[in-house]
Amino acid sequence: MHVVAGLAGVGWPGVRELVVRPRVAELLWNTARLTGGTVLLCAVLGVGAAWLVERTALPGRRVWHVLLVAPLAVPAFVNSYAWISLLPGLDTYGGALLVVTLSYFPFVYLPVVAAFRGLDPALEDTARGLGLSGAAVFRRVQLPQLRVAVLGGSLLVALHVLAEFGALQMLRYPTFTTAIYDQYRATFNGPGATALAGVLLLLCLVLLLAELRLRGARGYVRTGAGVARAGRPVGLGAWAPPALLALGGLVALSLAVPLGSLALWMARGSSTALSVPALVQTTGTTLGLAAVAAAVTTAMALPTGRLAVRARGRVATLLERSTYLGSSVPAIVIALALVSVSLEVTPWLYQTVPVLLAAYAVLFLPRAVVPVRAAFEQAPPLYDDVAASLGSSAADRLRRVTLPLLAPGLGAGAALVFLAVVTELTATLLLAPTGTTTLATAFWSASSALEYGAAAPYAVVMVLLSAPATVLLSRDARRGLTT
Amino acid sequence: MSSLTVTGVTKAHGGTPVLTGVDLHVPEGSFTALLGPSGCGKTTLLRLVAGFDDPDAGTVEVGGRTVAGPGVSVAARRRRIGFVPQEGGLFPHLSVAGNVAFGLPRRQRRDAGRVASLLELVGLDAALAERSPHQLSGGQQQRVALARALAPAPSLVLLDEPFSSLDASLREETRQAVADALTAAGATAVLVTHDQAEALSMADQVAVLRGGRLVQLADPRTLYRSPRDLDVATFVGESVVLDADVRAGRAHSVLGVLELEQACQDGPARVLLRPEQLRLGPVSGAGPRARVRGVDFFGHDARVRLVLPSGVAFSARLEGRDLPAAGDDVTVGVLGAALPFPEPRLDEAPVIASS
Repeated sequence: MHVVAGLAGVGWPGVRELVVRPRVAELLWNTARLTGGTVLLCAVLGVGAAWLVERTALPGRRVWHVLLVAPLAVPAFVNSYAWISLLPGLDTYGGALLVVTLSYFPFVYLPVVAAFRGLDPALEDTARGLGLSGAAVFRRVQLPQLRVAVLGGSLLVALHVLAEFGALQMLRYPTFTTAIYDQYRATFNGPGATALAGVLLLLCLVLLLAELRLRGARGYVRTGAGVARAGRPVGLGAWAPPALLALGGLVALSLAVPLGSLALWMARGSSTALSVPALVQTTGTTLGLAAVAAAVTTAMALPTGRLAVRARGRVATLLERSTYLGSSVPAIVIALALVSVSLEVTPWLYQTVPVLLAAYAVLFLPRAVVPVRAAFEQAPPLYDDVAASLGSSAADRLRRVTLPLLAPGLGAGAALVFLAVVTELTATLLLAPTGTTTLATAFWSASSALEYGAAAPYAVVMVLLSAPATVLLSRDARRGLTT
Repeated sequence: MSSLTVTGVTKAHGGTPVLTGVDLHVPEGSFTALLGPSGCGKTTLLRLVAGFDDPDAGTVEVGGRTVAGPGVSVAARRRRIGFVPQEGGLFPHLSVAGNVAFGLPRRQRRDAGRVASLLELVGLDAALAERSPHQLSGGQQQRVALARALAPAPSLVLLDEPFSSLDASLREETRQAVADALTAAGATAVLVTHDQAEALSMADQVAVLRGGRLVQLADPRTLYRSPRDLDVATFVGESVVLDADVRAGRAHSVLGVLELEQACQDGPARVLLRPEQLRLGPVSGAGPRARVRGVDFFGHDARVRLVLPSGVAFSARLEGRDLPAAGDDVTVGVLGAALPFPEPRLDEAPVIASS
């Protein structure tokens, strides 16, 4: 909305002048080849790793599963910092591709693992019974069923690459998002930043529509009652050592390198003065902001989740879908919009905590909606009826039946938002009140000044805080990622 | 405990009529089954009585007090009607004790003795009190749901197909426990079911619902022996329906001349026999001949599928001994009388059944 209004103010010739220029073409090329390359690599790595872990007789499959999800605990900008501080020569296309792929391949891995688990082995047996070979079974039976998961994961990767700011800025690889930030810092809310944001939004929309078209309307739901039988794992034979080596390499690059680098800088940084009070204060600020944002966002998710389950219909579906849109819009665009709206409409709110919380709410609402919605599905109206027949009043029913049933879902939603806020960088950089530093922004200012040792402790705290959510995700792969 | 009276109740869901004028009286302390095929509106009627929905027209009275009617709608929580939903509907976040005590006043909720006596009433061990609902079998869940519904001493208990999700072996046992508990509590109860055997064996009176209307209200024996029409007859049990010609109070049919249960005008009619009224004899004996098409053996008895030379097919229900084999020829004898249903005359307007 803001972007469109801003562009309208400039007028069509102005827009054309801002958009059609060599700099934009260069950014477009940069963004496109990074997005395309990352999506391709993530799809190959994600599907390959998921197949090895779910369908083969590889030793230590459960350990591998956790290790392959674990990179999600390391924010992309921390991963980027870990690599560039070790290898300063990584500020190239190849470096950006490497770092972003290592950060985002679990987005494909997780849904594909869930899809493999959901595949009914009876279908494979049936196909074999109809005379299909092993390769034909994979191509004609398994692949079509994995398509939705691969597409969904790839979309997630693409949207994240488009929105990625910290990691790429640190690698000095310019894309639309980093250019918008630079433009904003240079000219402060000029139409230039708005025009670039418009192009970025358009790219996101194209991606969303493309995914919808490719996915098609057909769902793949296992028919029939009962639990799917677990499949028989494929023996790898002589291929086991190379497969183990490949997985080991992937885990080493995506997990051991960033953690090792962090440890290294922690050791080196402790010689320079580590300001413990500053670290404690920043952690406190971050936790406080995250807690309030989690509470606000979960409260906002309640009506949406309830409508989506109890009053299925067009309006409810539209409302639910529109909350997902927020997560597809890059944080930088939302932050930019909130900056100018707060400047124009409510100047006294500019750079205050409420605006920052609003940005968090828009960005992370879908993370809360999904578990809250699932919780409402666990609490059908039947329980309400039964309680009423037992003489319980509306307020009493809310307290004794509805809230206890919703509590786990509300908790999960709040935890997901909480952890997302802890590692949020882009919107916080633009919107945080002066003097308010979070772990991410403190880390950012230290590492931008090339004080790698001073930045490390903040990164370690972020990784430690993100770890529990990652464990949850690896345990419940079926629920999958939503943003 | 109170009686229940439903008068002229209609209800439509989104323009589709579900109930079209239902009248029903359930005497105090009785056990009534609402029997009907799926989609006949029986669950809707139950929800209207419980107060989860309001009728479009008509009144519902419990113990002489109008709880739903023109301008009256007493909230479900003030009706004092216990409700046992399909599959129990136990609160998953509460223990068995928490579930049973849910409807008790706050002071009594912690009274372990009260919970134990309620569990005992439904035939459950008091040691189950601290279990979670998901640790119970389906039958145990149903019994806990009944204990929960009986705890606040309701004036009426409604059971919505409580046994349909249970295994056959568990179903019989749970039915017995529920019937005993309801008798012990002296409760007026209404059971919704689509299972005719369940309705006939458990209830004092059975109300047959069809197409949103009450078709017949009778005690189980009367319903089985004197169904109002052939649809009800075939719905409440296996039937042998034959074309016959009634002359001087006897029906002339392919199975010979049959005595009639009740008077019937002369002329064409259809007559109803139950399969257990048929007896088979050796082919040398008297009576019409039939050929055995097949035998369904159940252990305690068997169904013998027969066909007459004229092509009319029917079944006989026999004890499990001395059964014929498929392909045998037998003679068929009839015990007792048949129930006649006069054919509507073709030159007259068809008579529309009304309740």
